[in-house]
Amino acid sequence: MRVHAKRAGALLGGLVFPTWSMADWTMNMTPGVTGTSNDIFGLHMTILWICVVIGVVVFGVMFWSIFAHRKSQGHKPANFHENTMVEILWTIIPFVILVVMAIPATATLVDMYDTTESEVDIKVTGYQWKWQYEYVDQEFGYFSNLATPRDQIENRQDKGENYLLEVDNPLMVPVGKKVRLLLTANDVIHSWWVPEFGVKKDAIPGFINEAWFRVDEPGTYRGQCTELCGKDHGFMPIVVEAVPEEKFNVWLAEQKAAAEKERELTQKDWTMEELMARGEKAYQTACAACHQPDGSGAPPAFPALKGSPIATGDMTAHIDIVVNGKAGTAMQAFGNQLSEVDLAAVITYERNAWGNNTGDMVTPKEILDYKNQQ
Amino acid sequence: MSAVADTHAQEHHHGPAKGISRWLLTTNHKDIGTMYLVFSFAMFLLGGTMAMVIRAELFQPGLQIVQPEFFNQMTTMHGLIMVFGAVMPAFVGLANWMLPLMIGAPDMALPRMNNWSFWLLPCAFLILVSTLFMEGGAPNFGWTFYAPLSTTYGPPSTTFFIFAIHIMGISSIMGAINVIATILNLRAPGMTLMKMPLFVWTWLITAFLLIAVMPVLAGVVTMMLMDINFGTSFFDASGGGDPVLFQHVFWFFGHPEVYIMILPAFGAVSHIIPAFSRKPLFGYASMVYAVGAIALLSFIVWAHHMFTVGVPLAGQLFFMYATMLIAVPTGVKVFNWVATMFRGSLTFETPMLFAVAFVILFTIGGFSGLMLAIAPADFQYHDTYFVVAHFHYVLVPGAIFGIFASAYFWLPKWTGHMYDETLAKTHFWLSFIGMNLAFFPMHFLGLAGMPRRIPDYALQFADFNMVSSIGAFMFGATQLLFLLIVIKCVKGGKEAAAKPWDGAEGLEWTVPSPAPYHTFATPPEVK
Repeated sequence: MRVHAKRAGALLGGLVFPTWSMADWTMNMTPGVTGTSNDIFGLHMTILWICVVIGVVVFGVMFWSIFAHRKSQGHKPANFHENTMVEILWTIIPFVILVVMAIPATATLVDMYDTTESEVDIKVTGYQWKWQYEYVDQEFGYFSNLATPRDQIENRQDKGENYLLEVDNPLMVPVGKKVRLLLTANDVIHSWWVPEFGVKKDAIPGFINEAWFRVDEPGTYRGQCTELCGKDHGFMPIVVEAVPEEKFNVWLAEQKAAAEKERELTQKDWTMEELMARGEKAYQTACAACHQPDGSGAPPAFPALKGSPIATGDMTAHIDIVVNGKAGTAMQAFGNQLSEVDLAAVITYERNAWGNNTGDMVTPKEILDYKNQQ
Repeated sequence: MSAVADTHAQEHHHGPAKGISRWLLTTNHKDIGTMYLVFSFAMFLLGGTMAMVIRAELFQPGLQIVQPEFFNQMTTMHGLIMVFGAVMPAFVGLANWMLPLMIGAPDMALPRMNNWSFWLLPCAFLILVSTLFMEGGAPNFGWTFYAPLSTTYGPPSTTFFIFAIHIMGISSIMGAINVIATILNLRAPGMTLMKMPLFVWTWLITAFLLIAVMPVLAGVVTMMLMDINFGTSFFDASGGGDPVLFQHVFWFFGHPEVYIMILPAFGAVSHIIPAFSRKPLFGYASMVYAVGAIALLSFIVWAHHMFTVGVPLAGQLFFMYATMLIAVPTGVKVFNWVATMFRGSLTFETPMLFAVAFVILFTIGGFSGLMLAIAPADFQYHDTYFVVAHFHYVLVPGAIFGIFASAYFWLPKWTGHMYDETLAKTHFWLSFIGMNLAFFPMHFLGLAGMPRRIPDYALQFADFNMVSSIGAFMFGATQLLFLLIVIKCVKGGKEAAAKPWDGAEGLEWTVPSPAPYHTFATPPEVK
């Protein structure tokens, strides 16, 4: 019966609101998949029911008065206006309820703060508007960007199932291990939240915060940045893949090998066409959020690159601002975020795209030399 | 002595000045009160328009109407205008009109300063709103303006925003000094502190809160000003500063600020419920002590806004326990209101409807506040729509319904006419339904995982967002009806008696309706 009703509802919804018939009506918190998130869910339900019971009693008395003690019913007012006993009681009873509530809350909190004996340490750095994950013991890391195409956001394409909750490189963690996160930020304050883990912690520039989780169920878990961090705050999701340990180790080895290969590419002789092709891709991932896909920017915070003095002027100044950023502005230092190949490709692309026809080209080797000189 | 009193008495026959100078130069508490109320309603409509832009963008997933930059400006300006432009000035307006009438004083204690503190406000908001037209746009970092987003990464208009905040702060502090001076010095003979009407009590405590925390706000924006323009690093970690310091200072202001926005409403409702229950307020003394306790506690709970920033465990526990404690005096107030209604002789004119809705819906906001106080659970609620639902439940049916209840309760006294009861009830019911439709689903959205301050969202949040937007449009449009009702009431209507509500108590009902330009030239005797 219930299933039928649900199906009928879904069908009706599909007819009335065709674009989002797959949306649902979730009304409560989910218990999640970690011990912490289950504890939190328990606390949440306890306090919710306490509130419901108090609400029923208080509003019950009130509605009784509203219905029974109306002037139109001929009710004559009583004249009492205090009762010390009652007043003491309704001060003490809530206090006792609160104490009872505080005990499990304290226990959960103490457990959440215990970040000792972790088995995997991952440094999480928030950037405007992406996350960087570094496996501290492995000396290996990468960036995680929003993967939802611009066309879906601008309504030129149908929205996918995980609209705004999908990334190019998810955070990989092994199941059954205590994972400790070391959170910080590069620019403004961000906050890393995966509801199913019960973990939300601010990533603050200049500080390192700690949080931990242990997932037992392999799967994909999604979350979002939860501290307003500027223009694209709504567009920096978090995706965590929890996989069995063997699979995790294989993945790690593969990634490290790929990173090594990437480094070797620096020594390769690149042609203009190759750099432009690679540059366009890297530009769309790393630069387009601010400077726009067509280089028009959003002045004054995000200047245009199309026809700009930097992108069409002195090459060294251009390399400098991309590698080192510009202090006091939203322009980040990309020197450590992108590989030499990507840096060279992006700079070459910016100097030759959208009518910036300088004909200039910079090779990965030149970028490497520039970095070494510093 | 008597000679002085005589010459003074002759002057009492003069009425208000003619034309614009009446409003520019007035020192009359009633005129200034009216100006505050009109100003706050204008700001309410402006801030409400911005809310409509927000809800229109959130009507469906995807970006349709505005870009994220502008969306962030809308959320920021909506919050700032509603807090500093709509709610706070409305209560100051009510204080100006009603405090002297309630304590039997001829005017506020410092009338010229009163004029000055009002006229600073339009200047401050002119500056604030003008930032929308500046290069780089208006402030876009949320009404809480966390550093370094608001300092290193803020738009060029941030300096104007800081200046506007400074002016608003000066205005609030002067208003608060005036309230305290009036209440402590100008009470009618015989009106001891524990005989003061509750609206006077709550405003006295609110004024002390204002004096305590507005300088803190001024301090934090001044530190921002230095960081932006003079090379200091209060909030910049790379210069040895601390971004978390900003949050501590801001919320030391911010938490008492939320009580500044609700305590006067507590006071007003404590007059309205007894009046329409035809029964004295239950537990007057405990009401006063509860307000005092809430005000004191409000200074030691600020870090509950910061449970996720990495406060040490001991700090986390302290702020959790202290926050939970606030539920005790707040509960006492709610129980007292319900006990006042119990076995009364109830009628439901519009002020009573708003007051009863206030008690019910504010309590729901209080419940979600209690849930948010549980620190581990707050890790899931923090910065989601659950928080948005929570503070809109305490501010819209709390502060704003309190203001509407007060306005309908005292409109006959202000204008000399009864308002149109049918229209007013329509206003109430549409507001009530619209408001619940707009804000109740936000609880579900937050629990399902939707962060706040995002211009676009994942598909599973679509249904409730559409419901919420429909409710918000309904609530927003309904407020134009209030404007109509007030204009109608000012222009005419049934003549109001000196005491139009048979259960009402207090000195304000002993003067004729409309209240003459000058009242209580001779203080009444309170027994």
